[in-house]
Amino acid sequence: MRLRRDPLPATALDATDRKILNALQAGFPISSRPFAEAGAALGIEEEDLIARILNMREIGAITRFGPFYDAAAMGGAFCLCAMEVPAARFDEVMTLVNAHPEVAHNYERNHRLNMWFVLAAVAPEGIEQVAREIEGETELCVLRFPKLEEFFVNFRVEL
Amino acid sequence: MSIDAIDRRLIGATQAGLPLTPAPYAAIAQHIGLSEDEVISRMQALQHQGVIRRVALAPNHYALGMTANGMSVWDVEDSHAHDLGAAVGALDFVSHCYLRPRAEGWPYNLFAMVHGSTGDEVETKRAQIAALLGAHCRASDILYSTRILKKTGMRIKEG
Repeated sequence: MRLRRDPLPATALDATDRKILNALQAGFPISSRPFAEAGAALGIEEEDLIARILNMREIGAITRFGPFYDAAAMGGAFCLCAMEVPAARFDEVMTLVNAHPEVAHNYERNHRLNMWFVLAAVAPEGIEQVAREIEGETELCVLRFPKLEEFFVNFRVEL
Repeated sequence: MSIDAIDRRLIGATQAGLPLTPAPYAAIAQHIGLSEDEVISRMQALQHQGVIRRVALAPNHYALGMTANGMSVWDVEDSHAHDLGAAVGALDFVSHCYLRPRAEGWPYNLFAMVHGSTGDEVETKRAQIAALLGAHCRASDILYSTRILKKTGMRIKEG
């Protein structure tokens, strides 16, 4: 899926699209005809709901549509990692880091620690292994910030 | 909490997203050789167990005008970290809230992702967190993302 960081024009989404975004952030049915079911609650036909989600995905208004898995609950593991990458090596290191399929997200940030990424692996040992591989390949230190406690959040983008 | 090999196949087939067709779970079922009923009942069970946090649509914050986000980080007294983390997570503009280990040159243990339409809005929200933490917070910083280097979502191997 294409990533866009620039805001869409105000006209890109209409009121119905906004209604869909607001409602389906919270959840989507697991049932035989889920678009029909979700659409009925919103007063939108099944076919129209599918077309609108397709369009919103196409124009980059949504990043994902589907199940969000808890890696830890699957016996997997996540770990936030950070690196201090010299500016002159940034692109080279980014390429090395991103080449690992375990790197799920990677952001450049305005700090001495300027590269922040999440590692996702089937098991905790996988995290450690990839972090060490990255350290070996880049000859830079990978700081590990595993979560010790996660707090409940109820964040929503209201449109 | 237990997941079996069939669940893993199901996770592998859905982690990139749901097909945008009227009966998406039937399409997944066909893809991995299960019945639609089994896919639905297994996914419902996974959601009940917390392996699936939710099935939902994830808006692209950037495309929708929430262009500013900051990873606020706080050095909070350990004895109050649990209660204060819960309070920060409950703020409606915080999308992720974790306790993480401190590191060499990194005194911060509480991480809270703050979203807003503008940098000023994020700074205002950061000040709200600072006020909430009060004297229990010894130092803080905020890191702004300047570039997305990779964003693929979690991938696990199909097993």
